[in-house]
Amino acid sequence: MAKYYPHTESDIKQMLSVIGIDSVDSLYAGLEELKAEDIDLAEGMGQQGCERYIDKLSKQNKVYSSIFLGAGAYNHYIPAVVRNLAGREEFLTAYTPYQPEISQGILQTIFEYQTMICNLCGMDLSNASVYDGATALAEGLLMLAEKGKNKVLFSEGINPKYLEVVKTYLRAQNVEIEYVGLDGSGKTSIEELKRKLDQNTFAVALAQPNFYGVIEDAQAVGEIVKQRGANYIMSCNPISLALLKTPDECGADVATGEGQPLGMPLSFGGPYLGFIAAKQKYMRKMVGRIVGKTTDSKGKEAYVLTLQAREQHIRREKASSSICSNQAHCALMATLYMAAMGKKGMKEVASQCVSKAHYLAKKMTALEGFELKYGGEFFNEFVIRSKISSDKIIAACREKDILAGLKLGENEILWCVTETNSVEDMDKLIEVLKEAM
Amino acid sequence: MTIFELSKSGRTACPLQKRDVEEYKLDPKFLREADAMLPEVDELTLVRHYTALSKKAFGVDDGFYPLGSCTMKYNPKINEAAAALSGFTNIHPLQDQTQGALRLMWELSRDLCAITGMDMFTLQPAAGAHGEFTALLMIKAYHNSRNDHKRNKVIAPDSAHGTNPASAAMAGFEIINIPSSSDGLADLEALEKAVGEDTAAFMLTNPNTLGIFDKNIKKIADIVHKAGGLLYYDGANLNPIMGIIRPGDMGFDVVHLNLHKTFSAPHGGGGPGSGPVGCKKLLAEFLPWPTVEEDNGVYRFSKPHKSIGSVKAFYGNFLVLVKAFAYIKTLGKDGIRNSAKMSALNANYLMARLKEYFPCHSQDICMHEFVISCEELKQRTGVSALDLAKAMQDKGMHPPTMYFPLIVKEALMFEPTETESKETLDNAADIIIELCHEALNNPQSFHEKPLTTPIGRPDEVKAARFPILKG
Ligand SMILES: Cc1ncc(COP(=O)(O)O)c(C=O)c1O
Repeated sequence: MAKYYPHTESDIKQMLSVIGIDSVDSLYAGLEELKAEDIDLAEGMGQQGCERYIDKLSKQNKVYSSIFLGAGAYNHYIPAVVRNLAGREEFLTAYTPYQPEISQGILQTIFEYQTMICNLCGMDLSNASVYDGATALAEGLLMLAEKGKNKVLFSEGINPKYLEVVKTYLRAQNVEIEYVGLDGSGKTSIEELKRKLDQNTFAVALAQPNFYGVIEDAQAVGEIVKQRGANYIMSCNPISLALLKTPDECGADVATGEGQPLGMPLSFGGPYLGFIAAKQKYMRKMVGRIVGKTTDSKGKEAYVLTLQAREQHIRREKASSSICSNQAHCALMATLYMAAMGKKGMKEVASQCVSKAHYLAKKMTALEGFELKYGGEFFNEFVIRSKISSDKIIAACREKDILAGLKLGENEILWCVTETNSVEDMDKLIEVLKEAM
Repeated sequence: MTIFELSKSGRTACPLQKRDVEEYKLDPKFLREADAMLPEVDELTLVRHYTALSKKAFGVDDGFYPLGSCTMKYNPKINEAAAALSGFTNIHPLQDQTQGALRLMWELSRDLCAITGMDMFTLQPAAGAHGEFTALLMIKAYHNSRNDHKRNKVIAPDSAHGTNPASAAMAGFEIINIPSSSDGLADLEALEKAVGEDTAAFMLTNPNTLGIFDKNIKKIADIVHKAGGLLYYDGANLNPIMGIIRPGDMGFDVVHLNLHKTFSAPHGGGGPGSGPVGCKKLLAEFLPWPTVEEDNGVYRFSKPHKSIGSVKAFYGNFLVLVKAFAYIKTLGKDGIRNSAKMSALNANYLMARLKEYFPCHSQDICMHEFVISCEELKQRTGVSALDLAKAMQDKGMHPPTMYFPLIVKEALMFEPTETESKETLDNAADIIIELCHEALNNPQSFHEKPLTTPIGRPDEVKAARFPILKG
């Protein structure tokens, strides 16, 4: 029988005698009535059998050789050095660095992570991570709540899956969500925003780039939000931030986003990485762990978990959030990724995404009956309207081992291109589309 | 030194291929003014920096880690191998042809139902606290669906983990903290007094945070249910009873589990975890969506018809699910049950060895963990729980959880887990006893400890007063 405990018969005997009982079952004395007779759980397969079984399950999933699907999860190149260093057991098998003296390695990587996220966003502080991009937006919105106001304005350009999560979080606090639609270019409508931004609105949420790939005029939105005295929160693709105006330059108070593109594989949706960064004045409202730099008893540089008076273990029901375990190991991967790509490499990834996406869009719109739905400038995703049906396109791609974009409607697909899509792959996709016509 | 201080302009470890299409330049009005300050290092510098940092961290693979309430058991390597399979890491959450992944999720849900005595599970929550939040929203939706709108209070004992009241507040409830009885258990009288027609739920972990199994659990369930409330199980302490005694049979209506504790997924330096929520039938229609269902050997996502909504963009921390799945499949029924028993044996053994030296708050027989108080020692010698913990670092062990639960003064909470050997426990006991003697004979020596670690005690007051949060 497989097991991970080391006890021999004689160990157990000796231990029982020190405890002063005569059988392991006596540890459960008085609980007989509560014990389950039998449970519907199979006998163990052992390691070898388990490996075979799981391998079989993994092969029942299709791994596409060419991926043009994004919509919140992005297929980027992950350098081997990222995977290798992240796999070091000291990082993997430790827990939250409650004991700073023996956790400097973890604390320092979080500090470096916070620094990188702040620099990407132009913000003053970052936490150590939250569960994913969707909960980051939800928790970020709650950070901005103000007494006497109970409405947020939510751009319809935000990922609909994020909206589902935000609704769940905000409903619990009786916060109302009102939507701001997109204009013909695919950008959040400034007119509608102006109309709906009232005294009761405490925050405006915008995605950059938005779910449809369009680059928002985030600065113009920021100016309006500030004029009306509301708070401004953005949900950003961190790769795009290597090129685009920072949330700070756009006037945002809080920047959030999904960190998965920073070195995490697609993994069927998780574990991913929610990041939250904010301006200085939100320091006491920030959710989750924060690492700070200090000195030790001998004046040596040291890192610690800090500002804990915001957190659940101190403040309990008055805490800014209940988050305890976060996505630390994902934050480590993001740190390694950003360090490996570096200042130049991050910009290069972003600009390759842009150039390649435009290459594919140009080729597609050259096909008869294919056109861009939106006129706005886009980052690495774009919506194509086509005469032939989305289903037909997706099926034709599948046949050629290509994962097509996300079906948005009968004749609309959201396509995604990253630096991993070679020019040959894109040309092949175009051939498949031609054949499908 | 940080990675930034090691940077030199022009360096990069970026392994990207050259752009193979024409460059497209975005409208400059969208572009940032200056490049983001990110590290500029070559690959070897990068490797040495983070390898050095990894050596300044302490994981389960490095030594004994009896961090109470966190179940720092060994993280089997097969789990990691399983989670690294291309068929799991390289599948997009929105793609087709993922029957293997769906089947894994469905089977894991079934197995967790079997272990907890629940009827349905969601695997979406990312950690224990996230599971608490999810389950409390389900409870709220349940009461509302019965037009029972007055139930706006959640009760929790004062020994509860901080996430319990914090999650209840996030879910929009008021919190009533009730004191524990003198032996550290739920105080039935206080509970009777606290429940009423405004009670939404009582949150409890059993065994509790002192490591004691509350034998009154059926009575507790009765009190809560009679008042019309639901009983919530915080599964952080499931380890000593997994597969043996089931929350569902104790009368709990809903539970969260911590797959990163009980089911051996690694803690990752603070996550990612996974906090599935299981419930009895009465709550199933409120589960977050998507859930996984099976129909004639075909697996698909579905939406419970009164779902509270989603709590995460996709389906949960999927790779963590794979690790827990590998654990359960490897061990199976007997392996799971025996692991539970050995965790209780280990905790009781270590407690027995320390009992004469410290007042112990976990009764004669504990479950997976026990709590000692250093209050007396501190009164006599000035050596506190913190001092003792710091001294343990010099001896190569990770300290236990300190100052939790809040109901024990100068608390140290030990959870050895089943994967530690008798030799390891003996060694730890010897260390702690020796430190106890040292505290009596030479208490001053403690103020300097630890001495052998990469840094000495950090100035936490300075960190909070003059926050430096980025480099
Ligand atoms: C008793 C108890 N409940 C809940 C939690 C929260 O779990 P998580 O950190 O996974 O959110 C913990 C975590 O330490 C715990 O010990």
